[in-house]
This record gives sequence, C-alpha cells and structure tokens, in this order.
Amino acid sequence: MMDEIYDVAVLGGGNAGLCAALTAREAGARVIVLESAPRHFRGGNSRHTRNLRSAHLAPTGVQTDAYPEDEFLADLLRVSGEDTNEALARLVVSHSAGCPAWMQQHGARFQSSLRGTLHLGRTNAFFLGGGKALMNSYYGAASRLGIDVVYDAEVVGLGLVDGRFTAARIRAGGDARDVRARAAVLATGGFESNIEWLRDAWGDAADNFIIRGTPYNTGTVLRVMLDAGAQPVGDARACHAIAVDARAPKFDGGIVTRLDSVPLGIAVNNRGERFYDEGEDFWPKRYAIWGGLIARQPDQMAFSIVDAKVAGRFMPSVFPPIVASSIRELARLLDLPPDTLDTTVAAYNAAVRPGSFDHSVLDDCRTAGLHPPKSHWALPIDTPPFWGYPLRPGITFTYLGLKVDERARVLMSNGEPAANIYAAGEIMAGNILRKGYIAGVGMTIGTVIGRIAGGEAAGHAAH
Amino acid sequence: MPPTDRTPGPDVLSLQQIVAQGQHVMTVCNACRYCEQFCPVFPAMEERLTFAEADLNYLANLCHNCGECLYACQYAPPHEFGINVPRTLAEIRLRSYEQYCWPRAFGAAFKAHGTLTALTLAAGLTLLMFAATWTMNGDALRESNPGGDFYAIVPHAVMVALFGSVGLFVLTALGAGTIRFWRDVHRGPAAGLTAAALGHGWREAMTLRHLHTTGVDCTSAEEVRTPWRRWFHHCTSYGFLLSFASTTVAAIYHTVFGWHAPYAYSSFPVVLGTLGGAGLLVGPAGLFALRRRRDPALGDPAQEGLDESFIALLFLTSLTGLLLLVLRDRAIMAPLLLVHLGLVLALFLSLPYGKFVHGFYRTAALVKYAVETAARPDVRSASDTR
Repeated sequence: MMDEIYDVAVLGGGNAGLCAALTAREAGARVIVLESAPRHFRGGNSRHTRNLRSAHLAPTGVQTDAYPEDEFLADLLRVSGEDTNEALARLVVSHSAGCPAWMQQHGARFQSSLRGTLHLGRTNAFFLGGGKALMNSYYGAASRLGIDVVYDAEVVGLGLVDGRFTAARIRAGGDARDVRARAAVLATGGFESNIEWLRDAWGDAADNFIIRGTPYNTGTVLRVMLDAGAQPVGDARACHAIAVDARAPKFDGGIVTRLDSVPLGIAVNNRGERFYDEGEDFWPKRYAIWGGLIARQPDQMAFSIVDAKVAGRFMPSVFPPIVASSIRELARLLDLPPDTLDTTVAAYNAAVRPGSFDHSVLDDCRTAGLHPPKSHWALPIDTPPFWGYPLRPGITFTYLGLKVDERARVLMSNGEPAANIYAAGEIMAGNILRKGYIAGVGMTIGTVIGRIAGGEAAGHAAH
Repeated sequence: MPPTDRTPGPDVLSLQQIVAQGQHVMTVCNACRYCEQFCPVFPAMEERLTFAEADLNYLANLCHNCGECLYACQYAPPHEFGINVPRTLAEIRLRSYEQYCWPRAFGAAFKAHGTLTALTLAAGLTLLMFAATWTMNGDALRESNPGGDFYAIVPHAVMVALFGSVGLFVLTALGAGTIRFWRDVHRGPAAGLTAAALGHGWREAMTLRHLHTTGVDCTSAEEVRTPWRRWFHHCTSYGFLLSFASTTVAAIYHTVFGWHAPYAYSSFPVVLGTLGGAGLLVGPAGLFALRRRRDPALGDPAQEGLDESFIALLFLTSLTGLLLLVLRDRAIMAPLLLVHLGLVLALFLSLPYGKFVHGFYRTAALVKYAVETAARPDVRSASDTR
C-alpha cells in the first residue's frame, strides 16, 4: 500500500496524529499514519492519559458546572508565566469547547461527571477507561474510514526539497522505504525517551531519570526538522517531571508509579537531609515541580518518609512501602546515614507547631524556625511503623518543539511557514506551554491543533 | 511488587500463584483507577488497600467478564506489568468455586469438567435408568403405545422420590456454597443486608446490567461490542427458570388438583416448558457460538470444559425434552424419556459442581456490593492525568 503517493502522511499515531488523520480523511484526503510503536503499544503518550481540558458554559454530562473560556485562558497564562504564543493559546481555548462532541462522533466515550466526585470534573472530561481506550476508538474510526496505518514504522528521515516535504523514510521490519505524500503532519511527540538527547541537556543526571511514557518518543523527526532549519520553541531542559517511585520501570510505567505521600511527611535526599517545603501548596499544584527538585539532588535520589498516622491517606502506590519500627532502622533499609536522618527527623519534629490537621485545606500545621520550612500538614513523624519510599525524577514529556503559526504550519528560520509541513501535539505544545502544566491541556492542544493540521494538510493536498 | 512471571495458557497454577497474581493485578489497578466507571469491580477495589483471598474472591465473582478493562489497560500484556483483569479474575473465580463448594471434597469436580465427562455421566445414568426400568417395569418398556403417559414408564412415586431427593441435595449444596461464600467475603457486622440491598443485587443479576452498564454492550474483541452475549444468556437463564416453573406447576396440578399428565399442548405447564425449552436451545447454542469467536485473552482457557459441558447438558436436556413433547404418542417415547431423565439427572447432579454456581456467587457478590455502596457516601477521587 505504501507505493502510492498519499495526500497526507501523518507521522506519529497518538492523539494529535489521529485527530489530524481523521480530519484529513473526512476532508477527502488519502491518508496514511506512520506509527513507530508496535500495535500493542500504539498511541504514544496518549495511551497513558486520562482526560482533556475543555471550556463549557453549562454542565455537559461529561463535565460539571461551567468553565468559561476566560478562566481556562487565565489558568493557562498563569502556569505558563505568560511565556506563550497568546494567539495560539486563545485558539486552543476557544476550540476546546467543541472537542468532546467531535471526539464522541469519532467513537470516544467519556465517564459520567455525575457518578463519583472527580476533583477535576468541572474543568476536564475524563475518557471512559483512559487514553488507551480513546486510542482504540480512534484507530477503530480510522479503520472504518479507510485510513492506512503502518505500525512498527519508525520515521528515520524526511525527504525535504526546498523546504517542501516529499516523503518520510521509515524503517519497518529492517527495511528502509519511503512513503510519499503531498503534505505531512508531524505528530511525533517530544524527545523524552531519547536518553542521549536528555544527557546533552542534563548531563549524567539524565541516566537516573525514569521515563513515564512510551519508549518510542525518540525525537528523531524533531531533530531532523531542527537540523533542516525549522525554528525551535522552548528549552531542551524544559520538561514535565514528577516524583516517581525509584523502583518503577525505566519506560512506560505511566500513572501508577507516581507517589502522593510527599505532602504528608518529609522528603530527604540520600544524605538524609530535607531540601524543600513539602507542604508548600496542594499536591495537585505542586507534584509537577518535584521531578525537577529531585533531579537536582545528589544522584537524583530522594525518599518520602511518613509515619503510621498518615498511612492510608494517600493514593496507594503500586510498590509497597519500606517499613521499619524506628527511624534508624528505616535509614538502614533505605541505605541512608542513620545519624543524619535521625537528626533531620528530630529537628523537624521539634519544629512542628500544634495545629488542626486537615488534608483538604491549607491547614495551620506548620513548622517554625526550620529551613526549609514545611508550611502545611506538618505532623511530627513519631508513630511507628515508619514508611519510606525511594523517589526518582519521572519525566512525562519534554517541551522543546517546533514553532508553528495559527494554521499549524511549521515556521522555518527565514520566518516563512513551510509549504506543506504541519505539526500537532507535543512536538509543538511548547508554543503554548514552555513550563508548568495544567492537567489535560496536552490532550486539548493535541486535539485542537491536530484537527487544524489535518484540515490544512488535506486542503493543501487538494490544490 | 512481584512481577509474577508466567506463561499464558491452560497451565494449572497453584493457589498461591493465583492469589499473588490477583494481588499484583489489584495493586496496579488500585494505583491507576482509569477503569473505575466500567463496572462495580473497580469501585469495590478502591475501597480496599490490601487484597486478602476473600477480597479477591468477592471481586472475581463481581466481574461479569465484559472485557472492556483488558483493551483499555495501558499495562496489558505485553507490558511488563502483564495486567489482564478478566483472565486473572476468571482464574480466581474457578478457585473460589472449588473453595466454597459443599461438600468441600467435591470441589475437585471443578477441575475435571469436560463435555465428554458430562456426556459420559449422562449416558451412565441413562443406562442405569434403562436397567432399573427393564427390571422393575419391563412390560411398560416393551409396550408399543404407551399413550403419552410418562408415569407408565417411570411411576410417579419413583420420579418424585428420585428427583425429589436429588433436588433437595442440589439445593442444599448450592445453598451451603452460597452461605460459605457470603460468610467469607462479608466479614464484619451482618447489618446492611437489607431487603433493598437484596432486591438491588437480584435486579442487577437478573438484568445483567453490568454487561451494558456504560450504555453500550460488552466486548468480544477490541472495539467489537454486541448485545448477543447478554441476550443469549437471558435466553438461557430465563429458559431455565421457565422450565423449572413448568415442572413446579405440573407438580401442583398433580398433587393439589389431581390433574394428571399428559397435559394438553395449550396447558400452562406445556406452554411454560416449551418456551423454556426453546430458550434453552437458542441460548446455549448462541453462547457456544459466541465463545468460539470471543478473544481467548478475555478468559481462562482452562475453563473451556467447565463452560461447554454445562452448555451441552442444558442444550441436550432441552432438546430431548422438546422431542419428548412432540413424540410423546409414539413408540419411541419410552427410550426417549429415559435418555431425557438421564440427562436431567446428570445436569442436576452437576449443578452444584459446575458452571451453574456462577449465578449464585455473582448474585451474592452483587448483593454485597449493594450493601457496601449503601454503607458509604459515594465519594471517589480521581487522579490527575499526568
């Protein structure tokens, strides 16, 4: 099937790629999707996602209450520190409202917002069964619409003539071959699973990073485009990174390896010393800075320590806690210096001021005269058994990407858009967010820009 | 977390391996929770931080094997976590049948199931019926025109004694198993077992609500959702109940009103029996065909014999019963009756030691879920995406 000249080649079979492919196909284009993963692991990081942020003015059945566009935009500008292409940010926000309905038309199913209490149920629509189920629905729709999909098709190079895309060189089953198309949508994600590239940015610390998502986001297409003169956006060190259990697999551990115990206890580095305010703010607002914090600790290691008083108050981890009846014993089990850890815990306990503990608010349990302080939820760690979890930085995705315009066209170094090359998803999310994150916005960017890119690419191919 | 390394297939796993695998799966699921709106298994799981064997038995019997959570799972094989909830819970379910069975020694029967075994049992019982009838009532057996009177072949008193005692034993065994299951999974105060909870669980079982609880039907392969499994199951279970009702009505006719068989084609017992029999032909045949087309990853391959022997006995019992109705005035009636009774006897005796028990444990699990749901405010938190 790959010998013909397609109208649109979509590189990358995650959320953005499939939204582009479905849109292009419905606009009449002949479409091929090149997915580097085998079928079982298709969908890039989208297979690990769970929801999409979407503006709406009244309850929708998949979202509660209202989330006006202004509020969404304000949230986005706040976390991005205003370092954003505001026109693109507005475009994503204004198109977000139409996403759930479009998704449902293409087979997506959502959780009911009325059952249970999802704490993001107002701002975000949750996929029934999560992102892999969503990807299954999209691949099903792609199959029904007659979109060609090639798995195990790693794009290793691009045919570029005078800045125009001519073909994607893929390696599938040991053979390299060219897939020709009149337009290309680049939706290959970030480069977070390329350890070499991470090492360029982070030095040897990169070896200790755990990659939460797909091992297939090697950034090859991003690199080829940057080398060919595409304008970069964002910094190579910019990434979304959280604290994950150090026992997590190197790749693809997804959601279950993260640890939510940090704000309920203390976190120490491998010298047994605290290094940051564990109770600075609500965990959902802070967990995404902890990857970076741990990355700057010796050997990129940290340990979350809690006592029996708070056990059971956080989401259970997939890995069992390391349990000890004394702090010194815990230190030995975690391979920490017992004297230092003992001193750290004693100093912390002595600094804890009495208050009324309430995990659901910014309570008044805090330390006094301690550096760094613990501002909320500070309870003495004095009730055995003591639990310890080893932590590592877990990278979710990288922000370095390709600069695009509002038609999703890739901007080249001469300031002009490439004639027939479009980008969608994480490879261009840096246009909107170069730091910080709000849950579900990656899927919104992928869906909105993916649809725009698919429509533009199909339109280009038709002329 | 032990990455329980195991090859998929009908290998017999030890109880410890199955429990360890179940705990591994539930620990991963509990840290993920993406599947929480597919069915009650996941909300019930979220109420627990650790998973003892009884918890696993409860969750396993709550599972309707709809398959959605396998295809949705980011940790499904070949991912190194190797999470396959439908298969793992199917394996635990089989163990729970053995474990709660009464008398316990008969639990071994759950492993020995096969269509051939079931048919051999039926054939053996049929031969026994022949031998007994030949010895005690040989003339009737040789009679060329028994005139549709079954009791001329097997006297009413014999039928009542035989099926009465077998029926009593079957009910005792099923009841004892269900009580054992309930006591093990529902520890703590007996409070909460209200009429409302019983009604709720019963209703959910009878409507198979959780085979289409999300608004669409359950899967038989990735992105393949059809209502057929549910409808064929309804044909089977309601067919069974109608046949049971037919027999009960006939017994009342006989003992209370003194109206003796054979009953007219338009009579209440015959209409009930015919409808039930039709359900028991269509349902099992449909379920058999669907089983063959269903993604094998969704089940436990070791349970093929358990499922198919039950399907075969139901189908053959119904087939011979309907033939008996149509041919009751022919000479073939006598041997046909004995074949039918042999099949009924084999079916009855295997009820507490075969696939049939799933209905009792499933209903009990749904009642327990109703009790649990009523006992707590329905507050659940979801994790963030990233």
